Order: sequence, then structure tokens, then C-alpha cells
Amino acid sequence: MTQLALGTPGFRNRAALRRRRAKSAVLVGLLTGAVVVAVGVLAWVLIYVAIQGIGALNLGFLTQTPPGNPAAAGGGFYNGIVGSLIIVGIAALMAIPLGIGAAIYLVEYGRGRFSGTIRFFNDVLIGIPTIVTGAFIYAIWVTRFGFSGFAGSLALAIVMLPLVTRTTEEMLRLVPNELREGSLALGATRSQTVMRVCIPTALPGIITGAMLAVARAMGETAPLLLTTLGNELFTEYNPTRRMSTLSLQIFDNAVTGFQEGQARAWAGALTLIAIVLIFTFVARFFGRRVRTSNA
Amino acid sequence: MGEWGEMASELSIMGRLQEADPGRGRPARPSIVQVANPAISTKNVNARYGAFLALRDVSISAPHGEITAIIGPSGCGKSTLLRSLNRINDLIPSFTLEGEVILNDQNVYAPDVDVASLRRRVGMLFQRPAPFPMSIYDNVVYSLRLDGRQTKSTLDDAVERCLQQTALWDEVKDRLKAAATGLSGGQQQRLCLARTLAAGSDVILMDEPCAALDPISTLRIEELMRELRGTVTIIIVTHNLQQAARVSDYTAFMLMGEGRAGELVELGRTDDVFKEPVDKRTEDYITGRFG
Repeated sequence: MTQLALGTPGFRNRAALRRRRAKSAVLVGLLTGAVVVAVGVLAWVLIYVAIQGIGALNLGFLTQTPPGNPAAAGGGFYNGIVGSLIIVGIAALMAIPLGIGAAIYLVEYGRGRFSGTIRFFNDVLIGIPTIVTGAFIYAIWVTRFGFSGFAGSLALAIVMLPLVTRTTEEMLRLVPNELREGSLALGATRSQTVMRVCIPTALPGIITGAMLAVARAMGETAPLLLTTLGNELFTEYNPTRRMSTLSLQIFDNAVTGFQEGQARAWAGALTLIAIVLIFTFVARFFGRRVRTSNA
Repeated sequence: MGEWGEMASELSIMGRLQEADPGRGRPARPSIVQVANPAISTKNVNARYGAFLALRDVSISAPHGEITAIIGPSGCGKSTLLRSLNRINDLIPSFTLEGEVILNDQNVYAPDVDVASLRRRVGMLFQRPAPFPMSIYDNVVYSLRLDGRQTKSTLDDAVERCLQQTALWDEVKDRLKAAATGLSGGQQQRLCLARTLAAGSDVILMDEPCAALDPISTLRIEELMRELRGTVTIIIVTHNLQQAARVSDYTAFMLMGEGRAGELVELGRTDDVFKEPVDKRTEDYITGRFG
């Protein structure tokens, strides 16, 4: 009856009130369900991979190369871990600075039709299937110089570039305009404003975006099949030669059909997830440090 | 007794007559007072956003070391005028300006003017306090570091001096390295003022600096403004007429004219403008008849 005391006509109708409450409860229920399903699936994948992979994951797995016979037990993905780190590392060195630079241009300097066009093509680039990227690098690079880790880096850089550009752009757009004006009003030039205010403010987000791109590149398999091909035999540190990667080894071992190979594939998948997680944590930690100290 | 009644009614009729005739009883000042030796002034400024005329023929001058308030209804071009003075409106691509803005006998829109050093001399406070996401210390010395490395003592001195000037020193001296975003809204705005003073500004533009602040923080900012009088010239845009009356020495009243273009209607000593406005429109606005 307190609703009556409020004297608001809409609340006098108890049936209407019940309906509204019911609707609200249904919506909250649906949203909660969506969260549970989304997080649940993610947890399921992680836990399943962990359970499957932990059995074969040991020090030997991280330090040895695969056995010559895929049906044999033991051996490890050391060459794949090395290959992934080198190939993705080179790709990141190319894509992250370029992507951040492009995003800075688009947000802080770009105006009008030109930047609109760039933004459009960047979005298109995000949507290109990565096998196509691999085929492109195969056509323009591999046919001339052969399969190599570096060719894989090129392909992965093309995969990462639009992701880095896009996330950095979004993060820079979140920097309040008051900060830019505040800096300019103190006599800073545009580039000083970008370097001293905009980038530090957006840095945690930029790092997260770059790490998402790294994680994506770490897991890519299709473009690497067409560019670095793989190297199951020995550990290759030279990116101008064929290299293996974790993702390629997971693929190769999973399709062997031997239980021992599949066990290695699971362990490889778990290693991949762990590497991405470690990278993300470290990057975030440093991002925060940089921000509070220069800051 | 009947006589008194008659006189009284006569007087009231006279009063009404006076009111009905706008020419009578109005002070003999010009509606726009010319200030001798202004710190900053505009000459016949027309400002446009694209084709839209936002300011029409505005000539305003702000006296040295005093506080000039710009009042007027929303959309009358107050902020545009203020933001023209340090060329911060140049950031808006469609913005164009004709006429002159004169600081130290120089047109700040002349092609050879270095905008960065202009903006350092003509500082600005915004409606929402926006400290950089850095420490309090780094916020204050931001402008000093733009010129390259400075000795620690230079920076330390500037921090203490400017925070003292803005009455923040005692509140924050033990946590200069703490994030500035952790301060209260009023403290943040005073920090922004300190930052501007550290840049060596002698003209400070304030665009509704208290709109986002509580009454007590507002009073503190106003106190600071009065303390700074004499050393810096302040131009403040405010929606708050009481604030303009409380804090300013001169008041400018702006209004949308033909085609919604902002025009300067009246400029004079604050006492005069509030007590005896020359222009009928100023009187209407101040007495709350519109706006």
C-alpha cells in the first residue's frame, strides 16, 4: 500500500506493478544466464585442456623435440615453443609499432575522408580469413624466398596489424578531450600532448589490445602452414629457415591418430594458453608501472 | 492625510511613467565601456563554425589585473569568445575568425604567432577539472617540462609556489607523488589553476570553472580569484549571475542577436552593470525576466 501513498497513478495498478516486476525479473534472469553460459564455456575449455594436457606436460616436454616416430611417447615441443616465440616476436615488432602509429594518426591527426577510408579498410582487414593472408604471403614471398619463419612473421604481422590499430584507436578515443585541451592550453604542441598525455592515459588499454593481438597470432595455424611449413626434426633458431610453432605442432600431433601424439597436442595446447596468460599478466603489470611512474 | 495619499499615488504614477520610457533615468555611460590599457582585447571579431556565425562584431577588452565576467544566456557565444582568446578553438576544424585579438599590442591571430607560447601566457580552466593522470607534482610542472629537462630545485620551487598560491600546499604537501585524480573535484580544479600559474600565464580564461563544484569549493575558487587579482588578469564565463556579481570587477553581457549570432550588449564595471544597466536587455536578463 505504500505505492498508494506515493500518489503516482502508475503505481496504483497492482497488476501493472506485478507485470513490471515480472518483466524485470525475466530480463535479469536472461542476462545472468548469458553470463553463466559465456563464462561457463570458457571455463570448460580451460579446464578440459588443463586436464587433458597436464598429463603429458613436464620438464621434458618443454625442453625436448618430438620423437621421430609420432606413435612413440615422450619428447616435447621445445622447437615449437622457440619457433612461436621467435615468429610471433618478430611479427609483434613489426605490427605493434605500426598499428599504434596508425591509430595515433587516425585519432589525433587524421581528419575527413582519408582517415575514414583507412578506417574502413582496416575493418575489412580484420575480417579477412587468415588462410587468405597466408596464401598472399605464399604468393609474394614464399614463391621467391622459400618457406621460412620470417615469412610466417609477415603473415602474422598482417593478422595483428588491424587488431592493434583498432584497439589502440578505441583506447585513444576514450581519452577525454578535456585532457587534450588542458595540455594544449598549457602550451604543449600536438605531438607533446599525444606523447605525454594521450598515450600514457590510454596505455593500459593499448597494452591489452596488443596482447590480444599477440594471443591471436600465437594461436594462428592456417597462415603458418603456407609460410613456415613447420619443422618437426630439430630446433631452429634462424628465422630465415623453416621453423615449427606450437600451433603447427598441436595440429600435426593431433591429426596423427596416435594416443601419444594426441597427448602431446593437449600438452602443447595447455602450454600455448599458459604462454599467452603469462604474457598478458606481465604486460599489464608493466603497463601499470609505466603509467604510475611517468605519471 | 488625504494630501499624502494623493502625493503617494502621484509618485507611483511618475515611477511607472519612468519605467515606461526607457530613455529616462538611464545612466549616461556608454553601453560598452572602453578600458584604458587592457590586458587582452578583441577588435571587431566575427567567429564562425562553418557557415554559422557564432560571434558578430565583438569588441571587448579586459582590464589588467582585474576580473572580467562574461554573462549571458546559453548559446550566446560566451565560450566561443573565451576560447578564441587563446586560440584553443583552432582545434575545431570548421572554426574561422575575422578581426583581431590583441595581447601586448600584437594580434594573436597573426600568421607568425607561436600558438604554443601564446597559450602558455593565456592559460585556461575548463568546466570539468581535468588533471592529467599523473602525480600532483607532475601535473604542476607539466608545462615546465615541455621545454626539456629542468633542475629538480626549479621544479620543486615551482610546485611549492604554485600550490601555495592556490591554497593546496598544506592539503597535499605530504602526497605530491600521489595520483592527481584521487583529489576531490574542488582540489582538482585548484590543481589545474596551479598548473596554469606554473606555466607563467598572466591572463587566465575560466570557462565556468565552478559548474561542476559544490558551493564550498566554489567559494574557495572565488577566494583564489580575488587573491590573484593584481597579478593576473582573469576572464571568467559564468552562468551564475551571483558569482559574476560577487567576484568580478567588470561584467560583459552577451546575447544572441540576429541569426543566433552572439553579440556583446554591455560591458562596464560590475557594480554599474548590475545596479544600473544601460541597456534594457541587460536589465531584463539581470532581473530574471528571461534567460
